[in-house]
Parts: sequence; C-alpha cells; structure tokens
Amino acid sequence: MLRRPPIRRTRKGDFTLAISIEERDVLRSLPRQLRELLGGNDPSLARLFPPAYLEDPDLESEYKGLMAGDLRDSHGAALDVMEATVDADRLDEQQLSAWLVGLNQLRLVLGTRLDITEDDIETEVDPQDPRHPAFSLYYYLTYLQDQVVGALSS
Amino acid sequence: MIVWNDPINLMSYVTFVFQKLFGYSHEKATQLMLDVHHKGKAIVSSGGRERAEMDVFRLHEHGLWATMQQSDG
Repeated sequence: MLRRPPIRRTRKGDFTLAISIEERDVLRSLPRQLRELLGGNDPSLARLFPPAYLEDPDLESEYKGLMAGDLRDSHGAALDVMEATVDADRLDEQQLSAWLVGLNQLRLVLGTRLDITEDDIETEVDPQDPRHPAFSLYYYLTYLQDQVVGALSS
Repeated sequence: MIVWNDPINLMSYVTFVFQKLFGYSHEKATQLMLDVHHKGKAIVSSGGRERAEMDVFRLHEHGLWATMQQSDG
C-alpha cells in the first residue's frame, strides 16, 4: 500500500513530521538507550567507532586518543536532538539532519546485533522467532531513515 | 581516504552524505557509492593528513567507515 510520505519539506524550508503516536513511542526511548550505551564498550558499538588507520597501530591509537571523545559527543548530540523533538510536528533542517544521523546510529547498532549482512534485502523472519520484534524495528528504522533522506534531498 | 562497504548503511544515505560533506554532484556521489557497494571500497577524497583526518572524522560522525592510507605520490 502506498503511504503518504511521512516527512515533507514545506515552502518555508522546514519539514512536517507526520508519524503516528505509536511510532513516536517506539522512537522515544531508543535515543536514551543508545546514549547510555555510548559511555561503555558494548561490542555492538563497533560501527559507530570504526578504526581510522588500518595499517599503523601507533597512528590509530594516537587518532583514537584525540578524537574518540569528540566522536562520542557528536553521536550523543544527534541523539539528544532526536529525543527532544520526538513529539514535534515540524522540524527545521538541522533537527532533521540530526534525526538522519541518529536513525543511522540506531540501525548500525541494531543491525550489528542482528548480524545483518545483505544489503537492502529484507529477511523473512518467522513471527515465532524471538528476534522477530528486533527485525521489525530494524526495518521500520530503515524505512524511516530512507524517508528522511528523501525529504532532505527534495 | 577510503570508504569501505557496509551492509547496513543505506545506498541512498551514503550518496546523500557524499554530496553533503564533499559538495559532490548527485551523479558523482552516486558513482562513488556504487564503487563502494560493488568493489567493497572506494577512494572518496585525497589530500594532506590534517584534511584527511577531518574528513574521516566527519564520515565517522555520519556512521560511515572511512580510513586513511598514505600514498607515495
């Protein structure tokens, strides 16, 4: 079924955010959960803190020492914006850009946990499978992120 | 500077990030994204170490896996 795009650019240049209360409730708690995770060393964070130098361990550890804190702050800032505006009907471009990055972080962590390996292919997961809710959430976040890209590109 | 393929990052998103961060046209950004997708990696920009480290940081902020490699050129 075709659905009206949930995020659309207005003539003023900001964006309308027309998603249901159920969707907002799903999105509400995720940024906080991930932000709490950001302080630790959970293995599912690997894609949020990738190596910058593959061939030189000294350069890599120097780079990590200088930049890892800034990267953590940057990730957290996007999640803060998403959490603060989860009930908004309108977002400005900067806020929607934070949603874009925040949604991507959530997909990277969830996708890592689900061991997603195939690009853009939806795996059929048995509804009885205990991972079914997590896969459904992952595909919902994928859908929403793609809608955000479309709105920002319009 | 090299960007590596990742099965989670959306193709539309990667293209958008290349356009936003490097000012590439939609065509150029799409071509680079396809190179990453099909070849596993692509050289996305080049320059001195400081510039490369800044670009890598901005790509990491966007959840893309970028690394630096020194060339002899």
